[in-house]
Amino acid sequence: MDEEIDTRKINNSFLRDHNYATEADIISTVEFNPTGELLATGDKGGRVVVFQREQESKNQPHRRGEYNVYSTFQSHEPEFDYLKSLEIEEKINKIRWLPQQNAAYFLLSTNDKTVKLWKISERDKRPEGYNLKDEDGRIRDPATITALRVPVLQPMDLMVEATPRRVFSNAHTYHINSISVSNDYETYMSTDDLRINLWNLEITNQSFNIVDIKPANMEELTEVITAAEFHPNQCNTFIYSSSKGSIRLCDMRASALCDNHSKFFEEPEDPSNRSFFSEIISSISDVKFSHSGRYLMTRDYLTVKVWDLNMESKPLETYQVHDYLRSKLCSLYENDCIFDKFECVWNGSDSVIMTGSYNNFFRMFDRNTKRDVTLEASRENSKPRAILKPRKVCVGGKRRKDEISVDSLDFSKKILHTAWHPSENIIAVAATNNLYIFQDKVN
Amino acid sequence: MEVSAEAKRIMVHALGKLYSSRAQRGGHRLHRSLLLTLVMQSARDIYHASQASCETTTAAEPVQQESPMEETTGDPLEREVSSTLSGLPVTPQPQESASSSEDETSSHPLHCSVTASREDKENRGPSRPDGNARKRRGKVAAEPDFLPCKKAKMEQGRNNVIRSSVNCYRVSGDSLASSVPILRVIAAF
Repeated sequence: MDEEIDTRKINNSFLRDHNYATEADIISTVEFNPTGELLATGDKGGRVVVFQREQESKNQPHRRGEYNVYSTFQSHEPEFDYLKSLEIEEKINKIRWLPQQNAAYFLLSTNDKTVKLWKISERDKRPEGYNLKDEDGRIRDPATITALRVPVLQPMDLMVEATPRRVFSNAHTYHINSISVSNDYETYMSTDDLRINLWNLEITNQSFNIVDIKPANMEELTEVITAAEFHPNQCNTFIYSSSKGSIRLCDMRASALCDNHSKFFEEPEDPSNRSFFSEIISSISDVKFSHSGRYLMTRDYLTVKVWDLNMESKPLETYQVHDYLRSKLCSLYENDCIFDKFECVWNGSDSVIMTGSYNNFFRMFDRNTKRDVTLEASRENSKPRAILKPRKVCVGGKRRKDEISVDSLDFSKKILHTAWHPSENIIAVAATNNLYIFQDKVN
Repeated sequence: MEVSAEAKRIMVHALGKLYSSRAQRGGHRLHRSLLLTLVMQSARDIYHASQASCETTTAAEPVQQESPMEETTGDPLEREVSSTLSGLPVTPQPQESASSSEDETSSHPLHCSVTASREDKENRGPSRPDGNARKRRGKVAAEPDFLPCKKAKMEQGRNNVIRSSVNCYRVSGDSLASSVPILRVIAAF
């Protein structure tokens, strides 16, 4: 697949040296809005940066709608839980956009404990000519007022402001890992390690618990919830994945508490692959419905699997992301990389799936042609408008010229978060503190 | 044996990670602690099994590492149980006083460390349960089981002794993590 590059390095802390990556700048989530016009990123410092696609202009036809910074705001601040003597990180775990219903944009952003609804709106006019105060806002001396005038709206430079409209807090004992908006656009769910809560977007002081897998005795805990998502078309259906490698599909019409699943997706473990680390690598890090709602995709440490909703016994397709790491699990365990949680995404037509890997590599799998490609997101290897070159990892034997050997991979450069435009071939790839946006080549 | 050395290394790493997660910003992560505990258990099982097979067969037989895991019933179970009760592993070691104490309340996975690192006294590090003096001690005190247990026993039975006094449980359906009751301590909020 040929891809044109439009690279941007995003560093919104003006006092920081561009070459020095501070931890607060590490991007922790990336999400396109439902039309693809906006792209939001959240980082470890609790900030959200929203990019907007340029309107395509006749004057510069080769600039096919590049993304520019639209709004930046501090979504979450670090907090302290006095009861448990624990700090609550401000890192943004997930951002989910609401569908647009008026001129303003709405998104949900969450850290470990609190979900917030943000309204992003534009202001391009302001009232001028007040009667009782002057342009600076100071009250005018009544003695100087001799005539009556009414303020008039005058155009001003575009200002984009973000305001928190709702704060949904105090509902999660454990760390929130997912949020998902329902198809009814009135409710959404938030998921932590052991519980899933259903919220109404208008009501912040209560939520319904719909899944609770906390055992009576915590010492009997065997699995936790790792991700959850609402069905794209059916507001009563949702799925959640577990650390044991299984996915449960629940129907909220069946009962108020969905502890009993409607469907249970699990692939029996291959005994020949058993190792010390089997439990860790089978833990699902991300689960996503296809846009059609017919399939679901799961990501565990080494593979991506596509499941048919109608077949629970085994996945429809399994793709090896970086199987050459299977023999390196012990070192990956020692350097903590085995706990990395990679996300996975569908393209708009559900024909291609994408996920990240190490060394700033990311992989795409075409479900129809069964072809796959490995690409790299790095400034050294790519210039704006250059075509991305496929990369290859050499697993053994003779290393060819352009190949990279497994031992040379940089495990500190991991691509955990990616996003795909809902209808076009535009992808956003987060590589630590850099955001890369790639577009399809124009003929 | 290579497998047992690897198992030991994995356990030591797991303990280190569990310990350092206490100092992490945002508190300890339940998912990660759970995975580490699982790894530690399977490593511990394999280590015990390899130690057991080492004792029974003098020659090293790495091939049989897996099978003792599946066959831990009966006598090895009894040995495992009695030593777990006093917080010690299968291998005969002098009993150490402050070595057991599984806490029921808000225990940290750290407590597993005491049983696992019995031979590496120098690697024990700061994992002493004494550090949690604020927390209530578990039902099983550090004394060996011939001393009267404070908790009333419903029946005289080995299994019940395990359940009531040690809060172990079985991990089932898995060939490596066998039917041996395993001590599991997960931090409870």
